[in-house]
Amino acid sequence: MLPVETITPSLVRDPRINFAYLDERTKRMIRRAILKAVAIPGYQVPFGSREMPLPYGWGTGGIQVTASIIGPVDVLKVIDQGSDDTVNAVNIRRFFQRTTGVEVTTDTTSASIIQTRHRIPETPLREGQVLVYQVPVPEPMQRLEPRETETRKLHALQEYGLMHVNLFEDLAHYGHIATTYDYPVLVNGRYIMSPSPIPKFDNPKMHLNPALQLFGAGREKRIYAVPPYTSVESLGFEDHPFEVQRWDAACELCGSRESFLDEVLMDDQGSRMFVCSDSDYCGKRQAGIP
Amino acid sequence: MKYTDNTPPLMRVQGLACAYGARSVVRDISFDLWPGEVLAIVGESGSGKTTLLNAVAARHTPSAGQVSFDMRDHGLQNIYAMTEAQRRMLSRTDWGFVHQNAADGLRMNVSAGANVSERLMALGQRHYGWLREQATDWLERVEISPSRMDDRPDTFSGGMRQRLQIARNLITQPRLVFMDEPTSGLDVSVQARLLDMLRMLTRQMNLAAIIVTHDLAVARLLAQRMLVMQNGQAVETGLTDQVLDDPQHPYTQLLVSSVLQP
Amino acid sequence: MYVAVKGGESAILNSYDLLAQQRRGDPAVEELSVDQIRQQLRLAVDRVMTEGSVYDPQLAALAIKQSAGDLVEAIFLLRAYRATLPRLGYSVPLDTAGMQISRRISAAFKDLPGGQVLGPTYDYTQRLLDFSLLATGAKAPVARQAQASTEATPRVVDLLHHESLLETQPAPSGDPDPFDLTRQPVRFPADRSARLQNLARADEGFLLAMAYSTQRGYSESHPFVGEIRFGTVNLSIAPEELGFEISIGDLPITECQMINQFQGSQEQPPQFTRGYGLAFGHSERKAMAMALVDRALRADELGEAVTAPAQMQEFVMSHSDSLESSGFVQHLKLPHYVDFQSELELVRKMRHSFANPKDAHAAG
Repeated sequence: MLPVETITPSLVRDPRINFAYLDERTKRMIRRAILKAVAIPGYQVPFGSREMPLPYGWGTGGIQVTASIIGPVDVLKVIDQGSDDTVNAVNIRRFFQRTTGVEVTTDTTSASIIQTRHRIPETPLREGQVLVYQVPVPEPMQRLEPRETETRKLHALQEYGLMHVNLFEDLAHYGHIATTYDYPVLVNGRYIMSPSPIPKFDNPKMHLNPALQLFGAGREKRIYAVPPYTSVESLGFEDHPFEVQRWDAACELCGSRESFLDEVLMDDQGSRMFVCSDSDYCGKRQAGIP
Repeated sequence: MKYTDNTPPLMRVQGLACAYGARSVVRDISFDLWPGEVLAIVGESGSGKTTLLNAVAARHTPSAGQVSFDMRDHGLQNIYAMTEAQRRMLSRTDWGFVHQNAADGLRMNVSAGANVSERLMALGQRHYGWLREQATDWLERVEISPSRMDDRPDTFSGGMRQRLQIARNLITQPRLVFMDEPTSGLDVSVQARLLDMLRMLTRQMNLAAIIVTHDLAVARLLAQRMLVMQNGQAVETGLTDQVLDDPQHPYTQLLVSSVLQP
Repeated sequence: MYVAVKGGESAILNSYDLLAQQRRGDPAVEELSVDQIRQQLRLAVDRVMTEGSVYDPQLAALAIKQSAGDLVEAIFLLRAYRATLPRLGYSVPLDTAGMQISRRISAAFKDLPGGQVLGPTYDYTQRLLDFSLLATGAKAPVARQAQASTEATPRVVDLLHHESLLETQPAPSGDPDPFDLTRQPVRFPADRSARLQNLARADEGFLLAMAYSTQRGYSESHPFVGEIRFGTVNLSIAPEELGFEISIGDLPITECQMINQFQGSQEQPPQFTRGYGLAFGHSERKAMAMALVDRALRADELGEAVTAPAQMQEFVMSHSDSLESSGFVQHLKLPHYVDFQSELELVRKMRHSFANPKDAHAAG
């Protein structure tokens, strides 16, 4: 395990706050919602979202899911944009350190729970791990149909024509499907789901993943799930199939040509370089760890 | 189509009534509709004809009576005894509904091509190239230039929008199409062209249709049978030519005589 | 040589220090006490309690101090605190008819039983800056107190009920518990108890704008202020173990009853319809805005066409909570560079296709 420079080891658990902040009744309520979500892959289960000490829109759904499933022997990793070191990730990790005292890590392979905003780690996950996604807009059709009373019906009746009309329009207008992140997927052949604003590059990782994938939307008050080894297919057309992004460059630090690369502007002349978004993956490659 | 004594009607309406509170709008309407048959429901505004159409098309729940449709493998089924899912499926496949105002029956903010192919996509078609071919074919059949496929209907004239609406409905080869005043609000010459096209399409596709109109000329041109409504009741029914040439009921006589002769 | 960005945690800790400094301001200036806020910024305290959904002036004042006067932030603090509190029970419904009146006006009647009691209000002041307040130490004038009446002041709505001029609101059959949206998520269409709760906690600015829109033609309900009353009401609970009610204190609240567009038909004689608003402390603007929006949201149940945003349940209720709106708007400050990277790539690709049509055809 790499030295965890960014993590404050001295942050001890505050005994005045209930374990993981939420009261036990609330955790039970959320777990019931999670169980229902796991039983119906891709279906959005409404839940009584609580106010958390972080604002709505900043990960309260993911936090509530993590808080409901985390136990004293769990090992927690928190990332945002793929990195353990971004402000949002640090803030959430500190929150859990303060309220649970669990071991924290930046190492994807040793974490039992990984809470993430907008990326799936490059390192493949294994059985027994849980990936908790922070979701801003759980309803994949919201931009096309803002009324929840209507989208509820469309999901129930499996009437997803609207989604495909949208893709058809993109092809007609741009020649490409214009969605590059939060790319809608069909889960278990039944529900269309928003995978959260992960880049479409990450979509294939969701398919038949051995880990449990949980999704929490605090402000919109929905939880949904993809159980391990579930089919997750990105929408597309037979003759315009779903495609992932590719770069012409390699990571400047570790040389990877397989991972998602962040663009870093070097000066005001337009020169730039590319580095891995996944900080743990990149760091390990640099250190020569497989 | 070979008709035998055992051929069931495509649609059977029995004792249909609609009321808004204490006010009765449609009273005791019954008729059968046969495959490939076009029925015109004629009357003045306020006669209840649009309410009747909506009740028969599962868009407005009647207060009494029954509406049955011949489901392909199951025979005549009461449409109001079906689940909402079954009714919605029916309205996207075996039925069509052409609104008086085309904007009500189209997605105005997506292209003509998307409008036309939506039903196919809803049925699971996933080949973009094939969908575009179908859309091209149908736009041509309703005399819209395929070069307009990527344009939005809000750039179309009223007549073009109406034709687009028809293409959108007919692409799934429905057996029954409901039309609510399909030519109202259009110029006379545009109307004539549209009626001609509708006549050709209904014959080509053996389409049954129920058309609500206040315009007897529309009934004459398109419908084999006619039902005349006054104050929510059917005052006269029969073959269109017979009813128009030899009206029996005083109200029908009034309607026929007040039509301006060209 | 570029090094991957590190040190997020120490940057955050430093920002806490900067924040504390900003909150304190010039250390040579005397520190603001929570008591001072509670006493002298009481209308801010009232708003924070109302939208924070907790009646505790001390905590609300603390939240205002901690947030350096940013009331939306203070409301957030109070709500987050509320989420940790166990639910001990429910009060008996407040009897606002028995209110100890500090202020009570009706725009619908020139005079009425109980009279028009102006009380403390900015309504009749000229909005001129009072520079004498720049100095401290001046004694506040002793106002003539209205004679404390032993009789309760009857509510205008009760007076109108005698003539059946105003619609009544009988309790739904079975007297079900009111909906609690802090325990269950709202599903639309929402019943009135859920709507009123949502409006009571709603951001005042949003509600005010929605209310204002109903006066400018975006749905029209012809409102009159039937009554606004501000004062203290008794708060009682009726624990099962005791079997009777006990008073646990007084609560200052503001209540607004709006009288709106009458309705009627051939079968039913016309009656005025109502809108209701309620807030902690002295919060007239909030209570009035709430009453107007409450009435607008009843469009469906009153058989009115829904044409304006203020009448649309989903629109109003989904955007009324300042924690949700502020959170999501401000979340845009969080890093989004991964998604942006994806967009950059697509736009570059499309621009390339545009400039090189032959390549575009080959790529399909």
